[in-house]
Amino acid sequence: MLLKDEVEMLRRIPLFSGVAPAKLKLLAFTSDRVSYRADQALFRQGDMGDAAYVILSGTAEVSVDTPNGQIKVAEVEHDSIVGEIAILCDVLRTATVTASTPLEALRISKEHFLKLLSDYPEMTIEIMRVLASRLSHTTAELSEERSKH
Amino acid sequence: MEKSLTRYIWSNTRFQQIWILMVVAASMIPYFLSFDLPKQIVNGPIQGTGFEVEGATQTFMRIQYTLPYFGKVMFFKGLQLTRFEMLMALSLVFLLLVVINGLFKLYINTYKGRLGERMLRRIRFELIDRVLRFPPSQFKRVKSAEIATMIKDEVEPMGGFTGDAFVQPALLGGQAITALVFIILQNFWLGMIAAGIVAVQGVVIPRMRKRLLELGRQRQLTARELSGRVGEIVDGIGTIHGNDTSNYERADIAARLGLIFSIRYDLYQWKFLVKFINNFLAQITPFLFYSIGGVLALQGRLDIGQLVAVINAYKDLPGPLKELIDWDQSRQDVQVKYAQVVEQFNVDMLVDPHIQAVVREPVGKLEHSLNAVNLTLSDDSGARLVEHVSLEIKLGETVAIVGASGGGGEAIAEAFGRLIWPDSGRITIDGTDILDLPESITGRRIAYAASDAYFFHGTLRDNLLYGLKHAPLTKVEYDGTKAAKYKWNINEARLAGNPDLDLNSDWVDYQSAGVTGPHDIFRVVRPVLEAVMISQDIVDLALRSQVDTTTHSDLTSRIVELRQALRKTLQDENLDGLVVPFEPKVYNPQATIGENLLFGTVKRPMMTNLKLAAHPYFRSILRESGLNVDLYKMGLEIAANAIELFEDLPPDHPFFQQLTFMTADDIPAYQLLLQKLQGRDFDAASPDERSSIIRLSFAYIEPRHRFGLLTDELMAKIVEARLRFHKNLPDDLKAVIERYDPKKFITSANLMDNVLFGRIGYAQADGPDRIRVILRNLFDELGVYDSVLSIGLDFDVGSGGKRITNVQRQKLNVARALLKRSDYVIFNRPLPALDQRVQDQITRNIMLDLHEEGHAPAIIWVLANSSLANLFDRVLVFDRGTLAEDGTHATLLEKNGIFKELVS
Repeated sequence: MLLKDEVEMLRRIPLFSGVAPAKLKLLAFTSDRVSYRADQALFRQGDMGDAAYVILSGTAEVSVDTPNGQIKVAEVEHDSIVGEIAILCDVLRTATVTASTPLEALRISKEHFLKLLSDYPEMTIEIMRVLASRLSHTTAELSEERSKH
Repeated sequence: MEKSLTRYIWSNTRFQQIWILMVVAASMIPYFLSFDLPKQIVNGPIQGTGFEVEGATQTFMRIQYTLPYFGKVMFFKGLQLTRFEMLMALSLVFLLLVVINGLFKLYINTYKGRLGERMLRRIRFELIDRVLRFPPSQFKRVKSAEIATMIKDEVEPMGGFTGDAFVQPALLGGQAITALVFIILQNFWLGMIAAGIVAVQGVVIPRMRKRLLELGRQRQLTARELSGRVGEIVDGIGTIHGNDTSNYERADIAARLGLIFSIRYDLYQWKFLVKFINNFLAQITPFLFYSIGGVLALQGRLDIGQLVAVINAYKDLPGPLKELIDWDQSRQDVQVKYAQVVEQFNVDMLVDPHIQAVVREPVGKLEHSLNAVNLTLSDDSGARLVEHVSLEIKLGETVAIVGASGGGGEAIAEAFGRLIWPDSGRITIDGTDILDLPESITGRRIAYAASDAYFFHGTLRDNLLYGLKHAPLTKVEYDGTKAAKYKWNINEARLAGNPDLDLNSDWVDYQSAGVTGPHDIFRVVRPVLEAVMISQDIVDLALRSQVDTTTHSDLTSRIVELRQALRKTLQDENLDGLVVPFEPKVYNPQATIGENLLFGTVKRPMMTNLKLAAHPYFRSILRESGLNVDLYKMGLEIAANAIELFEDLPPDHPFFQQLTFMTADDIPAYQLLLQKLQGRDFDAASPDERSSIIRLSFAYIEPRHRFGLLTDELMAKIVEARLRFHKNLPDDLKAVIERYDPKKFITSANLMDNVLFGRIGYAQADGPDRIRVILRNLFDELGVYDSVLSIGLDFDVGSGGKRITNVQRQKLNVARALLKRSDYVIFNRPLPALDQRVQDQITRNIMLDLHEEGHAPAIIWVLANSSLANLFDRVLVFDRGTLAEDGTHATLLEKNGIFKELVS
């Protein structure tokens, strides 16, 4: 896949939809294209976070370790971003992400990602929107879970 | 050491000095004969004295003496020669004397030179020998650079002086006295005048020189301090940068140089003042001769002939006299230097030489416990570190020392390691103080490791096995010229009082490490390296290093097998895409275009990519294949892409890391170039412009840069050019280019590249890490793991081991102590640079695995983490310099004392 195809894919991701194509090209160029086989981990819970991943094709499973073993908490597919929490707030990886099908991803290093955010405020706002929607989603799930007991 | 240099020289070289004096005396005979000869030649054959009659002959070379009891004895009745024959004969004799004098001079100078050099070697060796025997406290006071200057520079003039120490005064003194006596014989009073002036010179000049000597001493001290400071700056450069104190250091150095300058300038002024006075006194004598002698002659009290003879004879006096005074000057100078140096090396409590005697035989195991008896230790300021501690460590016992840092545990460990000497009390084995035991016992049967690991310049292997190099164990057989050279070396070493230990011998004591020789050393090295968790680092070093195919042929000869095994492993694990192998007739998309074209490595530094790109043969290949136009077009595309991407970014933007084919500074230049060249064809560009554009394509990797510029057609063209390039490669390139050959080891590439024989795919997540794990397992399966470790151990650690990290140094230091297989192993908080978790893991590895492996030494470990104390038989708790608690882990826990507090 070429740079220009990657740019096309990045533009489809809500997070990057507001960014000028030339900048997306730069982002694609400075990121590593990585491919994973099914069952290969992108990263594991507890590791140091050094990059975020934009999934270009394939699906991945998000799971967390609990005392009762690993629990799948979500599934992510193409055009979504994973692993951004650990690089945004300098914590260890909060979950494990494993490819469930052969997967192609763009690996954006922490340094580049943060630089991008400071250069393009529109991206930062988009990130905030994504995070906030996830939070409201999680809150909804939590209250639902609480009301059950 | 002897305080007086003259005595030191005499006591070490008296026979040589007497011999050279005799030779000098003998050399005087032909010397004086050659003075007389010209007169004979001129008077005899040239002016014709004795040849007045035509055909007259003279006797030549009649040897006849009048001996007591025998009367006249004729040894040789001589030859009858004509005037011409006589001229020739006497001239030939003159020539002969010239040669003899020259040979004498050659012999004397060489002999003196050799004498001096031997002396220098002896002094230097003796000084270093003393450094090796200094008590440990001495090293807290001296700077290494100062010691180095003393040994290297300050004693140097002593060598030169040695040869002249006795010969020169004898020779010059003799000449001066002869001249003086001759003058006195001519005229007593004029002789007395000359003698008087000489006496004044002899008294005044040395007095004036006293100040010179004092200045010389100061010059020496300040210069030595300067080198000490330079050493400090080099060692402390990190601290200087870290604190922005470089200007403070500059000021300090400038002040010192100023002081040195003022001393040297003072010295310079005095030297020439003394010279002036000296010359003046020497010149005043002829003045007195002319004036006083002249008056006497006028008055008729002195024969004019006598006066002329005196003045003539005086010509011979100032020369030797001046040289004699110079000699005295250099004697005093050297003496002062010597005294200065000796003062620094005359240290109390020097270790007795027999304690460090060479012991080639294996030293038996210790059979007694290690005892500290009423031990009191203090630091340099006199503060007590440990007070009246008595304890016994039994053979095979493992002991943890815990307590707050500074509580005394570290000091005890240092005392066991003989790094601090007790104030009172002692440490004994079987009743003998360990300081009185030979180091062949304490240095081999006791191992000590603390955090300040020192590494010597050399390979990792040298440093790892350093603890086993006690004595030359093998006898090296030399043959032919080497044998002669060796014999000469040994002989010279003995003559200069140096030891004749052979450095080329194998010093490593394999037996005491528990193996039979270099071939099975890894049987013990590997578990130790695993225990200190450094083998991965060493394998990585090996993978990054170029391998010497002669010393590591066991591995390099199996490279084909390794490559095949790697392919197979990757296939079996379904990881084919991880490495894209090099194939002679296939384009490798994961490698750069340049690499695909060259399909080999260049031997640096004889050849570089730049030099190759400029090579006419390489250029001709590009031209003939038409690739130059293709790559030029491609380069323009790359430049356009790069500029589009990066033109707005500030030069220090982190994104530039990704731009591998140009730097941020190149962008404006390429921008201009692009404006000029875009839309115009290849021929319009100048050669320089072409090469700076084509250069960009050489670094292009499609899967990495993803500009979509590489077509199948172009790839085929590149492979074709590659084949053509290698087909008719000229000899000069053949010597510096190694073609990728699946069947051969590439000597100019590192081990990793050799085994992979391909490139790790860019799209492979964590490719390099995964490959490392795969390679490690592969090496183990194929039984070449030890060879790989051995390659890693060839790594040069640099000055003070600075090329490896502090963590690695500390791990290796522990490994080094373990490899000695001593009876008592002392670890004094040896790994502070490591994470607590790794420290704990290493402690466990050593205590649980290694200790069980057959060889079970007593281990005394000053622990940083008290919770590990349960791994040990016994726990000693130190608190404020005293042994507070002593018992097993369980009993101490029950006791509710300090230990319990430490652990909880």
